[in-house]
Amino acid sequence: MARTLYEKLWDEHVVASPEGEPTLLYIDLHLVHEVTSPQAFDGLRLNGRTVRRPDRTLATADHNVPTDPISTPVTDPISKRQLEALEENCHEFGITVFPRGHENQGIVHVIGPELGVTQPGMTIVCGDSHTSTHGAFGSLAFGIGTSEVEHVLATQTLPQQRAKTMAITVNGRTPTGVSAKDIVLAIVAKLGTGGGAGYVLEYRGEAIEQLSMEGRMTVCNMSIEAGARAGLVAVDETTIDYLRGRPGVPSGEEFEELANRWRDYVSDADATFDAELVLDASELVPYLTWGTNPAQVVALSGVVPSPDEFDDHDQREAVTRSLAYMGLTPGTPMRDIPIDIVFLGSCTNSRIEDLRAGAQVARGHHVAANVRALVVPGSHRVKRQAEEEGLDQIFLEAGFEWREPGCSMCLGMNPDQLTAGQRSASTSNRNFEGRQGRGGRTHLVSPVVAVASALLGRFASPDEVSA
Amino acid sequence: MKAVMILEGRAVPLERSDVDTDQIIPSDWLKRVERTGFGRGLFSEWRDDPDFVLNNQNYVGATILVAGPRFGTGSSREHAVWALMDFGFEAIIAPSFGDIFRNNASKQGLVIVQLPPSDVEELTQIVKESPSRLVIVDVEHLRVEVPETGWQRPFALDTMTRDRLMNGWDDIGLTMLREASITAYEHSSRTPSLVGVFDAHGHAR
Ligand code: SF4
Repeated sequence: MARTLYEKLWDEHVVASPEGEPTLLYIDLHLVHEVTSPQAFDGLRLNGRTVRRPDRTLATADHNVPTDPISTPVTDPISKRQLEALEENCHEFGITVFPRGHENQGIVHVIGPELGVTQPGMTIVCGDSHTSTHGAFGSLAFGIGTSEVEHVLATQTLPQQRAKTMAITVNGRTPTGVSAKDIVLAIVAKLGTGGGAGYVLEYRGEAIEQLSMEGRMTVCNMSIEAGARAGLVAVDETTIDYLRGRPGVPSGEEFEELANRWRDYVSDADATFDAELVLDASELVPYLTWGTNPAQVVALSGVVPSPDEFDDHDQREAVTRSLAYMGLTPGTPMRDIPIDIVFLGSCTNSRIEDLRAGAQVARGHHVAANVRALVVPGSHRVKRQAEEEGLDQIFLEAGFEWREPGCSMCLGMNPDQLTAGQRSASTSNRNFEGRQGRGGRTHLVSPVVAVASALLGRFASPDEVSA
Repeated sequence: MKAVMILEGRAVPLERSDVDTDQIIPSDWLKRVERTGFGRGLFSEWRDDPDFVLNNQNYVGATILVAGPRFGTGSSREHAVWALMDFGFEAIIAPSFGDIFRNNASKQGLVIVQLPPSDVEELTQIVKESPSRLVIVDVEHLRVEVPETGWQRPFALDTMTRDRLMNGWDDIGLTMLREASITAYEHSSRTPSLVGVFDAHGHAR
């Protein structure tokens, strides 16, 4: 019978499917970071349990590492304690760990793919909702909570309910200036924050096939913003070319054999999905969010919406509350809104391609007065490569700060935070109230819009930056 | 996990939709390495507001939270569940929930009651009229009721979650009974592991 990619991945990982209970699924790769793991390791110790497969577990520090030079110590005592706990726990249980400053350290969803340990056909979990990122490789990847982290550490399995499948078909080609971030903002806006709940989304169509792996990761990353736990893109030659030569994969003949197996991780041509959303890529434009959830999206060329545009009473109230929090007046052109902070980073947009795109806009220009702009590479590997290409110099000359890797201002667990009332253009994935710092106002944008906005001191597209 | 058969307590109406996990427990609070003490951080950005419903004396000590649609969307932080429970909540009633939040709740014994929006609205009105009313969440019979008014609604829970709640079962212990199947699966799987990828210091070989 014809199967979707999700169904193939599911079937291949069933350990047991007892009557009347959730299916027990095998987990091939478990990624761990400092914030959601300490209580799980504690649970193991408390019950006298061990880590079943340290060789399928990999840990990195990311959520609360400061992005100051590595030589400066971690000043926040609680962050420091959590970072130390990660190292101690990994040493105790025999897990490979990349502490702050390690050459392989970085945001967990950046390092898995770049090290080549994220591979097609795998089941991948992490105590972080943006684990959906890894689905770009044709792997079933989803975020879990701390109790589940403990469960996977102890058993390398998870009890799971099978999800429904939704095809997100993006036909045609995107116009120039429209990036993967704009594609996914358009999708989240269409689906709403709950529209993907209960589904695994498979992104397909010409516009998705045309994307690089970095772009596919950006799209899959934000699946959770539409309520879906996982996003998928079928394996193709782009996937295989990306992985060839990475540390986590074998070389030569052995790689090509593996790659041949990976080519099966596609939905069968006649497989049926439970639902489908179709978009025309040629109609997409640069977008940004105006409100306090990621589905509150508007075109960069548009205006702040008014509550009156919404039929539903609850929605009108939610919109009114969002506008008040964001300090915005309906009808204001988005391009007229001044900004204070620009953040180029996070697991959505901190890969080398994102930095290249940003640097191209920044080259030869300068950040506007009163704007603070940070570039936070996703990992040390990304940072090193960017430095080899001279991107750091372009950003520094343009007045951007060039920081050490980590989650940084995406969630403000480290000192990089917005203060109350500050407005940011951020390439991250969540614009929730207080996400980037108490009272902070976040607008989600693509890397090129972030940089153009930094230069002009208001929301702007690259073509407004004079040559 | 402790067994939960029937919950009796007062309910507090939150009357907000899309309450995400950043609102439930802001990220400042995620740095702790313990599982306890998160109650103080619950909704902390709202609790400074004297008009926030949890600051209303009439609702102090409530154990059931009545919320709007899509409660608990956002991040995977189980801290959201720990914060709600540490604060004293034993059940959350709402029209819909974030997926991971719902899972996390079931692991900890926080009862998730999903009711149609109109029923949640009715219950909200009932407890707003008189905050002292006793609300009962009956996990065994899958029923929510307010005895004083005769209001009663059934709700659904999958059998597994219900059995786990009622027996206080530990998921890991249950899975470990399947050790033989896990080992058999591992023998048949061809998916590479990390063996040989990194040296003892985490450098790629
Ligand atoms: S960059 Fe942001 S979204 Fe990504 S893992 Fe870190 S905190 Fe989570």
